[in-house]
Formats: sequence, structure tokens, C-alpha cells
Amino acid sequence: MSFIPNTDADRARMLQTVGTSSTAELFHDVPASHRFPTLDLPPALSEQEVLAELDRRARRNAHEGPCFLGAGAYRHFIPSVVDYVISRSEFATAYTPYQPEISQGTLQAIFEYQSMIARLTGMEVSNASHYDGATSTAEAVIMALNVAQGERRGVVLSAGLHPHYREVVRTYTQGMKLEVTGDDADTGPSELAGSCTSSTACVVVQNPDFFGRIISPSDMAALAAAVHAAGALLVTVVNPISLGVLVPPGEAGADVAVGEGQSLGNAISFGGPYLGFFAFRREHVRKSSGRIAGETVDHDGHRGFVFTLSTREQHIRREKATSNICTNQSLNALAAAAYLAAMGPGGLRQVAELCWHKAHYAARQIAALPGYSVQDGEFFHEFVARCPRPVAEINRRLQEKHGIIGGYDLSLNYPDRKNQMLLCCTELNSREQIDGLCAALSEVGNG
Amino acid sequence: MGEPLLFEKSRPGRAGVSVPSRDVPATEIPPALQRQSLPLPEVAEVDVVRHYLRLAHLNYCVDEGLYPLGSCTMKYNPKVNEVAARLPGLARIHPLQDPSTAQGAMELMADLQAMIAEIGGFHSVSLQPSAGAHGELVGILVIKAWHAARGDTKRTRILVPDSAHGTNPASTTMAGLEAVEIPSDSRGNVDLLHLRAQLDERTAGLMLTNPNTLGLFDENLLQITKLVHDAGGLVYGDGANFNAILGVAKPGLMGIDVMHFNLHKTFSTPHGGGGPGSGAVGVVQALADFLPGPVVASRGGGTGSARSGTAPRYEWRTPPRSIGRVKSFHGNFGVLVRAWTYIRMHGAEGLRAIAENAVLNANYLQARLAGVLPIPHGDRTCMHEFVAQGKIPGAPDIRALDISKRLIDYGFHPPTNYFPLIVPEALMIEPTETENLETLDSFVEAVTTIAKEAVAEPDLLHEAPHTSPVRRLDEVKAARELKVTAGG
Amino acid sequence: MDSKVDPALRYAKTHEWVRIEGAEAVIGISDYAQNKLSDIVFVDLPAVGKELKAAAACMVIESVKAAEEVFAPVSGTVVERNESLVKKPEVVNSDPFGAGWLVRVKLSAPAEVSGLMDAAAYTAYLGTL
Repeated sequence: MSFIPNTDADRARMLQTVGTSSTAELFHDVPASHRFPTLDLPPALSEQEVLAELDRRARRNAHEGPCFLGAGAYRHFIPSVVDYVISRSEFATAYTPYQPEISQGTLQAIFEYQSMIARLTGMEVSNASHYDGATSTAEAVIMALNVAQGERRGVVLSAGLHPHYREVVRTYTQGMKLEVTGDDADTGPSELAGSCTSSTACVVVQNPDFFGRIISPSDMAALAAAVHAAGALLVTVVNPISLGVLVPPGEAGADVAVGEGQSLGNAISFGGPYLGFFAFRREHVRKSSGRIAGETVDHDGHRGFVFTLSTREQHIRREKATSNICTNQSLNALAAAAYLAAMGPGGLRQVAELCWHKAHYAARQIAALPGYSVQDGEFFHEFVARCPRPVAEINRRLQEKHGIIGGYDLSLNYPDRKNQMLLCCTELNSREQIDGLCAALSEVGNG
Repeated sequence: MGEPLLFEKSRPGRAGVSVPSRDVPATEIPPALQRQSLPLPEVAEVDVVRHYLRLAHLNYCVDEGLYPLGSCTMKYNPKVNEVAARLPGLARIHPLQDPSTAQGAMELMADLQAMIAEIGGFHSVSLQPSAGAHGELVGILVIKAWHAARGDTKRTRILVPDSAHGTNPASTTMAGLEAVEIPSDSRGNVDLLHLRAQLDERTAGLMLTNPNTLGLFDENLLQITKLVHDAGGLVYGDGANFNAILGVAKPGLMGIDVMHFNLHKTFSTPHGGGGPGSGAVGVVQALADFLPGPVVASRGGGTGSARSGTAPRYEWRTPPRSIGRVKSFHGNFGVLVRAWTYIRMHGAEGLRAIAENAVLNANYLQARLAGVLPIPHGDRTCMHEFVAQGKIPGAPDIRALDISKRLIDYGFHPPTNYFPLIVPEALMIEPTETENLETLDSFVEAVTTIAKEAVAEPDLLHEAPHTSPVRRLDEVKAARELKVTAGG
Repeated sequence: MDSKVDPALRYAKTHEWVRIEGAEAVIGISDYAQNKLSDIVFVDLPAVGKELKAAAACMVIESVKAAEEVFAPVSGTVVERNESLVKKPEVVNSDPFGAGWLVRVKLSAPAEVSGLMDAAAYTAYLGTL
């Protein structure tokens, strides 16, 4: 199969214009010893054949049964209108809007996305997106270092921050000679505040945290006050669906609000592509990274949108840029915007409430099972269940006997959390599914 | 007229969705935890559809016509890619589900790792990076880690040719190393004298875009990679321009030690108005242990796919001396599915045909535009793109930007403007292999007409575009007033 | 491009100017520099109390197309910033030698001033660019 329109006759004419006898000759600058190597690849397939191959692989992946996995990626219902919007060629097959006159669709959509993310998080400014929640968190840390003008080298991470996010922060900053601390013990917000010193650039907390626990607005505000008193920034990682009902980070004193935007209308798709949202207080806009769309007028005075503040970016500032990011997750941000537009404040609140009620129902039912107990405290749609046997064993039985995908095995990242399972419920989990999970857990746990 | 903002269309009480009713007993949400207001737009589903459809109409896209944006490889995106990525068995799987329940997806990733390694001449591949710049950061961190593992901590400098994308020096800085600029020579190659002068025991490596952003394959490539290796450094390949040599040469066999592949350029995944992409990274054997993980491994084997008759079992494996993960989960899987589909539909010969036709199209355009615009390296055979200058004899006030904006009136997306920085008034033109001869001819015709207009009626160009949804926009006002949210 | 040069000031090769007022000095950028930058949209003024070191970068001026560092022409401590530039950075374009001044510093090494060009030398220097 080929997507090349030119025929042999076309090519012959073109070669004549170029003054070359064959296309192979065009590559004379490639060292002869390396030119036209053998490629050991499977033979070309037609569209029909390639779809059959894909279908064979797709069928080997469990995707139809109930699923109670969360841990940073969440299954939610995606209204049909979202895929309609992101499937439009005008959005999907355009490049980054370098020519604003013929890219107003993308630019206005980004401007609206920024506006909705700012309102959802209670912050003043949002960028056009980062790669995902983890890289957004790393970029927030780098922004805090820039705000401190390189004079503060300490970064405090909460142990409740997603383990992947903590790892990505460390990968990103490994060349920056920082002290990244705080996550070796599971402490509360007041201990985190206490570890803040005059060399701390920022404190990063997740709320609800990786274990589903909610830090109350008053505890968040106290943490923010302590962090600010030390002259540092508070970075809060949030779940955007939870913000349909919970107090947003901007109202609880956060300086930067970041997180995984996948829940907002993006397919779970085995881990990507997702989007990292990135919102912050206006005073930090020049230290921020990523693209930002701004409103202006055209030659005739009509409203229009452009990318602005480009001088922070790599294509102008090169080695002095605030980040190296270029391509981001525009189409995923568009999905998030279309999702939020369709949901509106009412729909988002209803979905958030459904998540809450279903997860709390599931937690109560599981806590009542012999051998099981559930972690104390407020949570949103995820909670930790202590199980009577290793989670891997339970999950295998759930999958094999009941076709259920169980929760996340916390011992994979936390050896001391043996037999602890992180379970998630969303609006996609019906009562029947939850009851089925409980029955299966009961059977597996005592079998 | 412009389309109003969603916020301006909002009316209290309208909704675009219906949410199922609660089927479990309620649990009180403590009032202290609840937000008081959520000022998102309230619109009906039909409003959402019309809004975005009208916005769509304001965009130009590859599905509409030629998009010769140099170094961006805006080729046609096959529709089968979209069907593939949306298969429920691929789109609805959770990244943390047990590997035993995701063997099909992991097999696909293992295949792709192996195919990219084979195409690039590399030993191992990590699919984790999300975009080209992300892959660059990975590559530089890998280079740094390799030196550190050998106890060589003095190597703090990365050499970057002056023709490089801005992401190269920015990625270098992020990795905590110093970018040192190397000039180009009169033929557009890396200046060997300067390169030699800068190579020493402080050199961690060289970042090389080849073909470079002038659209030229460096005539001294093997010499360059040898010089860097002899000085104890490694060579990073920026794969943004790989479409030119797809199936024609394997960078991993020509002295490139680590390279990122832009799957959203070379392998046809749609760019989405600025992402998502994928910046898969390939490395030679010596660097395999440093890749970000996890990667897919077949049990008992390396990170490649066993294309044997028996079904292998795939597992996640983090390379032993990994620089660490660079994103959550495993990579932009939906993009990987599209790239896999594209490669499987082409095979070895099909891939080579892509490069050959991309390069032929570019050389044809270069030959035909030679008399119309100055082309500084027009004496050389270009690769997938070439750089012309927006300078027209007899029209001293005309700049590259004016020509670009006027092209919009003729129904074309403009080339890349003002890049590379080393060519004044640069117009970087990359037609890709998916444009036919008639389209290329009509582009030449448009540029030729514009060149005449530039002399006869320069204001037509200065004030262009005339037919677009908006005219030239006031970027100064946007930056000074900084209105970046609705009502903000 | 003809650039204005104020005869009463002294200049650095990096296009900053200095006006000596007793133990203090006012610092700005030249007409040539503002022209090169084009429409200025933001001036990142250093804080009062910050120590500037001659020839070291002390702030960034942004236009739409570029972000350029301003190098301190002399060493000293910032005693006053031109706060009006926060709202109206374009004044640096319209009046670089007057209302577009950047900071006032207390000189810590007044002798450095003699190393700067006078207007005639700077005019000659511009002619070589």
C-alpha cells in the first residue's frame, strides 16, 4: 500500500526537470557504503489485512469487563460529541498554529481551553497543555526554580504524589543539582510544611493524593500559608473530575495547579496520549513554560487569537528558554475543552457526585467483607482496601474467574503496603458491577 | 465575522449531556469540601457541535491542501490510522492492567520497538517520550549518564550546529549541560575546522540534525561522527528530518549513537494542531541500559520482538541503568498504534519509496523555483526540503513574511518562515511525498505570480492575506495586554 | 537605519547608556537598541537593592520577536526602578534616553565610567555595525 500519488510518468517528467536520471541518484550525498541497506521488516499489508492484524491484537486485550483500576488513568464516559470534534480534519490534520490567520479555529479553541482550565482550578492563567500529568508536575517544579531565580535548590515532594510523577520530577531535574526530598515517609500536610526551608523552591502535594485521600481546604490553606511564609511556591496536583464538586486549588492557596487531564474526554488508550494541564497565578506567567494563546485584534480591528509570550520559548530563547517543549497535546486539550463544554458545570458536578457515591458505596461494602478493611478518612473516588492475601493473587482470580479487572497492587511501589489494593469507581461502574466485585472479593479472599 | 466564545454563548440551565441517575445509596459530601461555584459555559449539545464546526472552518489543514511547512513533514495522514487507534481493544485498555490481559497491545509495542530499531539501525528503542523535544531530553540525559557511568564527569558540553532547531540547545540546558554553537560552512555542512577546535575532553557529545535544516545531507557525516567519537563524545541524531532517508540509510550504522524519531512526522500520525506526538528514541547497544523505561521485553529475550511462530510473552522491563521514566505509563500508545499501522502497510520497499518521492518532490520544487527566489544552496541536491529566501529583485520592501501571507490568498499554507536562523529571510519548503505533480506546479505558479505582484503592486503583499478569516493580527497588543483567558 | 545618540551620555558596546548624577547613575538602552528590539512588550526590572556588576546581565527586555539581556554598563546597587515601564514598556521605544530609563544605581566603582564611550565614539562605533 502506498499513499504516494505520483506515477512513473510523473516521476520521469520531474527527474528531467531536476536533471537527474533516477531517484536513487538524488541520494549521492549519503555515503555509498551505507546507501540503500536491507531492511528486515514484515511485508507490506493492504488496509484490509492491516486491520485484521490489529483486530487480532486488540482482541487479546481485556477491555470489556468491569474495571476498578485508577491510579492516575481513569475510565469515564466520553460523550459522542467529543470524538466528533477531535475527528474533524481541520483540527486533527493541522500543525501548530504558526500562521494565525488560517489557524483561528485551533487558537480560539486553545484560548477557551485555557479559560475553562483556569476556572476549573480556580487559577488565573493556564497554558495550552503539557504532555501529561507527570511532565506537567516536573514543569511546575522547574517554573518554581525559575521564580526563585535559581537561588533556591530544594524541592519537597509529598509521599502522596503519584510514584510516576515523583520519578519524572527526578528524571527531569537530574542535571540541575537539586535536593528533592519529602517523599521518603508518608507524612501529613503539617509535616510537609515543617520541612520547608529558606532554600525550598516549592512543595508539591497531590489532592486527592495517590491513595485517594482528600486534604481538606483548611489543611491546604494552612500548608499554603506555611509554604508562602518560607518564600516558596505551593504546587498542587489535582484530579480534574473531582473539581466538579471539590474546592479548587486556587481557592486553597496553591500557586500552581497541575494534573492529568485524561479524565476530561480522552480515551484511556493504554496510557496515552493524554494531556497535562498547567495553571498558575498570573504573576508567574513569564516564568511559565509551554504555549499560551492570547486575545488580540486583526488589521481590521476584529477579534482574533495568537500565541503570545513566545520569547520564553525554545525557538526564540534557545538555551535560555523556560523549557524545551515544542509539540504538546493540542488535540487532547481540544477533547478536554469539548468535554467540559458538553458537560457544563451541572454535568461535571453530577459525574463527580456519581464517582463519590459509587466509590463510597463500594468502600462500605468491601469494609464489611470478612478479612477486608478500608483506609480511614475522606476520599473522592479511590480508596485503599486491605486484603486478606496478596493483591496479585486476588487480581488473577478476579480476572480469570470473573472477568473483573481489580484495583492497583500498591506493593508494586510500596513494599510495606503488602496486600493493599487501590480501588477506583467512576460513573461507568454500575451497582451491579460493584456488587459483583464484592462477591468475587469475598470468594477470592476466603478461598 | 468571528465565532463568539463558548462563554458568550452560555445560558444558565442549558446542558450538553445527560448523566445517568444514581444507582447506589447516597453518601454525604461534607459541605466544607465542596466548591461554591463553577463558572463553566452552559450550552446545549447542538451549540457545542456548531461552535466547533465553525471554529474548524477557520483552520487550514493537510486534508485541505499543500502544507509545505519545512521540517514539519506535513504529509497526508491515512484514515485507517484513526480506525486503528479507536479499536475498543486498544482504546479502552488501562495502562496498569496486568500484562497478561494486555498481551496484544504489548506485542504491538514490541513490534514497533523492533521495527524502529531495524529502520534506524539501532539496538534498542524506548517508546516513552511524547514528542521530539522530549526525545532530545532523553537522548542528552542518556549521553550524560553513559559518561557518568564510566566515571567521566568532566564532559559538560554539547556541541550544536547553528542550523539546529531551538529545541536542541534548550534540551541541552534542561539536562544540565552547556550548549556550544558550531557554525556551518559555505556548503551548508558542519564546519569541520570549528568542530575540531571545539572537540576536547569537555565534549559530552554533538547534536546533529541530518539532513540538516537547510535540507542538506552533510557531505562529511562519517568524518564528523568519527571526530566526535575519537574525542570521546557521543553523537545525538535529531530525527525531525528522517523522512528524507527512510529506508535509504540507517543512522545507527553511520555513527549516530542515539536518535529520536518523530512518529508524528515520518510515520504519518496527525499533528492535531500541535500534538500529540511521539518521540521514540533509538540507541546503539552501549547505551541500551540507560533508556527510560519501562520498555516491552519478550520473556527471555531482549527488548525486541521475537517474530517466531510461537506467541511470545511480553513483560515490562526497566533497563538496569535507566535515566528514569520521562512520563507516566508507557508512551503515547494511540500514536504508536498509528505509526505501527503505517509501517506495516509499507514494508521495506514502501518506506524507501516514501523517502525517494519526498526528495524528488523537493528537488523538483527547488529546480522550478530557482529562477523565482534566491536559493542559497540551490547548487546542491536537496533532501526532503530546501531553503529559499523571500527576496525579490525590484521589490526591496518585500520580506519573506509578505510572500508567506500572500500564499494564503492563493490557497496554500506558507512554508516555515525565518528558520533556519542562518539564512536571512528564510522560506523553508518541504512538500512531502504525498503531493502530486499538479499541486507542486500550481504552487510554483502561485510563487511566480506573487513575485510579479511584489514588483507591480507590493501593497498586495504587505497587506496580505486578504481572503483569510482574519487579517494580520496584532501580536504586540496581545503581548502587552496579555489577555489569556475569557473575561480575564 | 539612523539611530539617535544623546550627546550628554556615555555608552557601552552592548548599547546601554549611563547618565552620572553625583554618586548615582541612571541606566537605559540606546535608540539603536530599542530599534533593533522593535516593539517592546515587557521589561523585567531588577529589584531595588540588587547588586549589579559591570558587563553582567542584569535584566531582560522582551519584544514580540526577541528577549534580550541588558548588561549593566557600570557596577552598583539598584536604588530606584522606572515603575512606569511595568504598565507602559513601549516608552522605551518612544523615548529611550528620557522617560524610558530603566534603573537608577548607586555607583560602587565610579572609575568604570571612564571605560565607556562618549557620544562621538559611540556614533563612530554604530557606523561600524
